[in-house]
Amino acid sequence: MSEIKTLATVWLDGCSGCHMSLLDMDERLIELSSQFQLVYSPLVDRKTFPDHVDVTLVEGAVASVDDLKKIRKIREHTRVLVSLGDCALTGNVSAMRNSCGVQPVLLRVYEQLVDLQPQVPTIGVPALLDRVCPVHEVVPVDVFVPGCPPSADTIYQVLSELLAGHVPTLAGIVHFG
Amino acid sequence: MSAEPNVRTLTINGEEISARSDQTILEAAREHNVGIPTLCHLEGLSEVGACRICLVEVKGARRLLPACVTQVAEGMEVTTHSPKIDRYRTMILELFFAERNHVCSVCVANGNCELQSLAATLGMTHVEMPYQYPQLPVDASHPRFTVDHNRCVLCTRCVRVCSEIEGANTWGVMGRGATSLVITDLKEPWGDSETCTSCGKCVQVCPTGALFEKSRAGTKVRKHPEFLPYLRIMREGDQP
Repeated sequence: MSEIKTLATVWLDGCSGCHMSLLDMDERLIELSSQFQLVYSPLVDRKTFPDHVDVTLVEGAVASVDDLKKIRKIREHTRVLVSLGDCALTGNVSAMRNSCGVQPVLLRVYEQLVDLQPQVPTIGVPALLDRVCPVHEVVPVDVFVPGCPPSADTIYQVLSELLAGHVPTLAGIVHFG
Repeated sequence: MSAEPNVRTLTINGEEISARSDQTILEAAREHNVGIPTLCHLEGLSEVGACRICLVEVKGARRLLPACVTQVAEGMEVTTHSPKIDRYRTMILELFFAERNHVCSVCVANGNCELQSLAATLGMTHVEMPYQYPQLPVDASHPRFTVDHNRCVLCTRCVRVCSEIEGANTWGVMGRGATSLVITDLKEPWGDSETCTSCGKCVQVCPTGALFEKSRAGTKVRKHPEFLPYLRIMREGDQP
């Protein structure tokens, strides 16, 4: 694997817990950040996804038309795509609505349980997909990192191994949940 | 005086071992410290070969055989680990995860689940087949216990322990294939069951978060299936 110079992180349908875990690496972030540049992330200000990124960490499942558009573009411009955490890997909590269908869930949340101006929002928010999918159901994924969220140690191990040019092996070390 | 035990000689992963003729491959392997992963098997209960996680290769057999229900035979050559076996075991695990709603992060058994730890030890990091997301009921009618069919792997440990150890025969299985459900009595709510003695053995042997104690919901549920061999031995001692 050739050298890793740029890193991106994206946040699809997840709770941001994986990004919190990323930040939880504490001082190890300083060590890692000297080795690559964080070019796109909810943690930095850049608005558009760069043309070429070496490693992208994806948090969250694919749940809306916007997520779908984003992940396709990201895959196109990323060398190593990492599914980070259970939502990206399994759908997790985001996909729990799949058993009921999207309309009943929207009605329940935005109409039946609301006292003032009940209405399903349609303006300024992307339409939800009928079915929430794990990332690898939509685009090919190179590395899978289970955990809800994966621990800071796990993320550090994954990034260190990728920087060293290895494909991380996590069998027996990490579990779902 | 019982007759001299009937000994069979076989090889497991190339190592020659001896086993009693009435032993299964799983028993013989474990006696010789060869690990074979299992899910529906539980020491103290009868074997059903329901989960197929313990599949092994037997030379000459055209398909993989479940070690828990395959008896040893003279000259048998058994392989317990190979890329092919690993692939099948992972695939079986993926089918379990895809078939129902195993959301580890919000499950009462998170951290104490045999399905979850099998996925970790066998290196199953994601599921290739599409998830089914079935709509399944949760029965919380019993005052102390809950059954959540979303987490059930149909291992039938609950059915066996209820019949073989408690003798109540409350649990059974209805339906076919993926739509099967474990049920209490004739699919009555668990709380209305007239046969259930509320002993809780089914809860203790359940490998996942399908059966759990209400007081423990939302916290880590540690189960204690290890009492079974002890109960069984004590009862055998009681028999005239």
